[in-house]
Parts: sequence; structure tokens; C-alpha cells
Amino acid sequence: MAAKKHRIRISKDECKGCRRCIPACPKKLISVGKEINIQGYLAVVAENPFDCIGCGSCFHQCPEPGAITIFEIEE
Amino acid sequence: MSTEKVKFGRSKVFFDPFERRPGPIKTNMHYCPGCGHGILHKLIAEAIEYYGIQENTVFIAPVGCAVFAYYYFNCGSISVPHGRAPAVGTGASRATPEKYVISYQGDGDLAAIGFNEFIQAANRGERMSVFFVNNSNYGMTGGQMAPTTLPNQVTMTSPYGRNVETDGYPVKVCELVNALEAPVYIERVALTGTANIIKARKAVFKAIENLRDRKGFSLVEALSPCPVNLKMTAEQVNEFIDTKMTKYFPLGMLRDRSAETPAGKVPEAPVRDPEDVKQLLFTAKEGSGEGPATVNNSEIFNEERRIRVSGFGGQGILSLGHTLADMARLRHFNVSWMPSYGPEQRGGSASCAVILSRKAIPSPLVDSCDLLIAMTRAALDKFGYQLKDDGILIYDTSAMEKPAVKPGQKVFGLDALAIANRIGNAKCANSAVLGALAAILGKFALTPEDAADYRKVFTEAITESFRKKPQVVEQNIAAFNAGCDEMSSQLV
Repeated sequence: MAAKKHRIRISKDECKGCRRCIPACPKKLISVGKEINIQGYLAVVAENPFDCIGCGSCFHQCPEPGAITIFEIEE
Repeated sequence: MSTEKVKFGRSKVFFDPFERRPGPIKTNMHYCPGCGHGILHKLIAEAIEYYGIQENTVFIAPVGCAVFAYYYFNCGSISVPHGRAPAVGTGASRATPEKYVISYQGDGDLAAIGFNEFIQAANRGERMSVFFVNNSNYGMTGGQMAPTTLPNQVTMTSPYGRNVETDGYPVKVCELVNALEAPVYIERVALTGTANIIKARKAVFKAIENLRDRKGFSLVEALSPCPVNLKMTAEQVNEFIDTKMTKYFPLGMLRDRSAETPAGKVPEAPVRDPEDVKQLLFTAKEGSGEGPATVNNSEIFNEERRIRVSGFGGQGILSLGHTLADMARLRHFNVSWMPSYGPEQRGGSASCAVILSRKAIPSPLVDSCDLLIAMTRAALDKFGYQLKDDGILIYDTSAMEKPAVKPGQKVFGLDALAIANRIGNAKCANSAVLGALAAILGKFALTPEDAADYRKVFTEAITESFRKKPQVVEQNIAAFNAGCDEMSSQLV
């Protein structure tokens, strides 16, 4: 059975740019983005959201309730 | 075709959006970037959702950064004054025993101003779970030194570092609580790396599970990052906690008695119906009081009547007023009785204010009275000015000469103590005064039926007060009769 696929979604406007998630990701998917969001923070982005393995590490590190969402993809 | 389902996402215990939060941003919390509050909020929300107790949870928000927790948690919320969360939590969990009470506090709130409330609640083993956020400074007010600030740590108010010789050592809350018998579960966790956060998640789940099973008091202390006030980045603050804070505040479980503690039952809900409370507190006493059919019709009581009884402590001043209030109560008046006395039980000045009215009594304070009973000269000097222009003054002739009064005022003297001594119990002097009052009111104010009823209601009231001492009841009735006879002979 193939490993399940996941997707990470980072809500740009909910991110406060604290960067706790960046070292937490085992796949190093998350990096600092280039755009300032509506709150005035430099939000993080995930360039390759489908490379996510769904460990939830970044979600638990994130202090915001809905800035990071991780989906499990069911074929 | 593939579908997606959320594996990790926004908890349903949070409001969505945060309508209560003022301002345009309704999706985020108000905490600074990188704050540990958000992390712990998420863990608690996840646990509440997992154990399905959202409907009955009462979340007590402290004073501190988490003061606005009620913006976020979609459950019962109380925001309380500084440090009072465990006290309010005690009230909430006892008055509404079906609820699950979560107390969420910071280090300034719990370890400084509210430490007594907290440690007493822990010692009583109140049914609540306390989440203690320890960030080693006062975050909300700008990073001042807190009870949990580490030795030599620089804060706004310890610019040269915390000096343990003058400021003492950081307070180890978990270890202090571990010295108590009652708490069920105590653990210290850190909200730093993911491994630590997963441990913290377990601890939070355990505390909420204990809460659901009503096992008693659980405490989870979370060493929490405060990057703004510690002037560090997210990585630096994690390192600070992992290397420096944990050295002084070691992580780990200090106690877990949840397995051997049986799950508590939901205690019976307390009485909430005001009528039932009245029944419980003021049970109808047998053999006293007339039915509602017996009412006082005298015109004198159509308006509110205020009475001041004064003298020195030990003369039965307060019980005189109390008997008077009891008599009025037994005839379905609204009454208030407010005593005022010195610290001594005997001697010193004593007085009480009684108000009786057919309507509601807005305030028990008496600053002008219709009837003044003065048993000492000093009492008359003190309260004489309060007597209304058409008021009645009763004084003790053994204590003073007949005082001068205004033309409209009536004044009556009675040697109550002498009467009481003749009866054989000096403590009955106050009943003699009530007897004299019966004669006075009977002659000037009451309808004949009510005048006859006065003696009856006195007997009822005094019997109720001294139910267990029938001899005292007899003496008091004798004093009442003697006082009444003596005053009647004066009035003829």
C-alpha cells in the first residue's frame, strides 16, 4: 500500500511570521515568503505543498488556530 | 477523483470567526507572534473536542495576556479579577457541579497575586484543571520581573538581573503543589520543540480526561515562549527555555494518581429556585406564627417605620431589636435588622436599627427614626438627634433624668432593670421595655385588635427565640407583663 499523500495549506493572512514552523518541518518545506500580509507580517509559504508527509509538526508549533491546515488526500 | 480531509486544522472548540474580538481581524488571536498562549489554547481546544465536553465546559480566563480567552473558546467563559481564577472556579464547580471547570492562569496571576487562592484550591482538591503558563516574566505589562523570573535574568524591572539575595528565588509551583495531599495530577511541560509539544499535548489531554472523569485537581505547568518580552527570535526563545528554564524548572510528571483515583460522581445539583432556598434557609418553625390571614391593620404602619435601639453591650440591645423585628416578621411585615456594636461583647456602645414596612425596604440604614429606645445617657446623646419631630422616645429612668424633647415628641421613662431584677433575671430588661411599648402603642396608635395581638405575637417571638429554655420564656413574659402594667399606670 502506497503511503498516504498529504497537502499543507498556509493561510497567508493568518500567519504572524513567528517562524516557529520553519525548523519544525522535517522536509524543510516551509520558508519565509516575500509578501507582507494584511496584518503587516512577512508570512511563511510552503513552495511544494504536496511534498507534505502529514506529521503535524508545524501545526502544533503554530500558535494560530487556523494558519496551517494539513489535509490527507484520499485517492 | 481524490478527496481531501482535514488531518490537522482549526479546532471546532474555537469560534469561527472570532466575532467577539474587536477590530477588523477576526481569524487570528491577539497574541504576539510566537506566543505560547496560542499553542496551549490549541492543545486545550483539541482536548476539549476529543473528550466531547465543550457544551459543559467553563473556561476561566485570568488577568494577563489570556484575559481575552473568551474571544476564542466557544464554551462557557468567566473573566475574573487578578489571581481569582481558582476562587471563582471553586464557586463555579460547586454551584454547577455538572460543569467542567478549566482555570487558565499566567505566572503573575497564579504565582504572585493569586497564589493563596490557587494553593488553597489545590489543597481542597477542587474539581478543576489548572493550566499554568510560565513565561518567566509579566508579559502583558511589558516584561517585568515575575515570581518565576530566573536568577540573574534581565527584565524591565531587574536590569542587572534578578538578584536572589534581594528578590529571592523563582517559585517552583509544581513542586509546592506536589507537597499537598489532594491534587491528582501534576506535570510540567515546555512548549518548545515538537517533541516537547507532543508531551505537552499528552499532559493537557490527561488533565482534561481527569476533568471529564471528575477526579479532582490537575495542574499542568507549561513553560511558554514569550519572544517579544524576552527580546528573542522564536528559535532563541526555544533554546532559552530548553537550556536555561528547564534547568531550574525540570520537566516531567511529578504526580499521576489518576489511575488509583476513582472517577467522581456528579454531585447533586444545589438548590437554585429562590423559593426553595428560602424554604431551606428559613424553615417554618412549628407552633409559632399565625397564618397569612392574621394581618396588622393599624394605620400607623401604613408607612415605613424606623426604630433605633441603643445602649451599651450586654443590655440586650441587639436582641431587643431582633425580637421587635421577629414580631413584625410574624405579622407579615417586611423587616430589616442591622446591628452595630463595638469589638467588646460586654460594655461598649451597641445599637441596632430596625425597619418594618408593608412595602419592600430599599435600605437597612436608619438615619432618622420614629421610635428611639435609649438605655443609657450616652446612647441618647449619640442618637437623640435622629428622632423625628413626632417620634417616641423610651428611656431607662435608672440611667438618666427625664430628657428635654421637642414639643411634638413623646417621651416615656421606665426603670426596666428594676423590673427585671424583681422578676429574677436582669437579662429580661429588654422584654420589660417591649411591654412598655405595648402599652404606649396600644394607647396611642394601634387598633384594639392589634393591641391585643401585640402580646400574642410577643409570646410567639420570644418562644421562638428561646425554644430550648422554657424558663427564660416565662421570665421574659413576666417582665413584659410587668413593663406593660407599669407603663399603663403611668399613662392613666
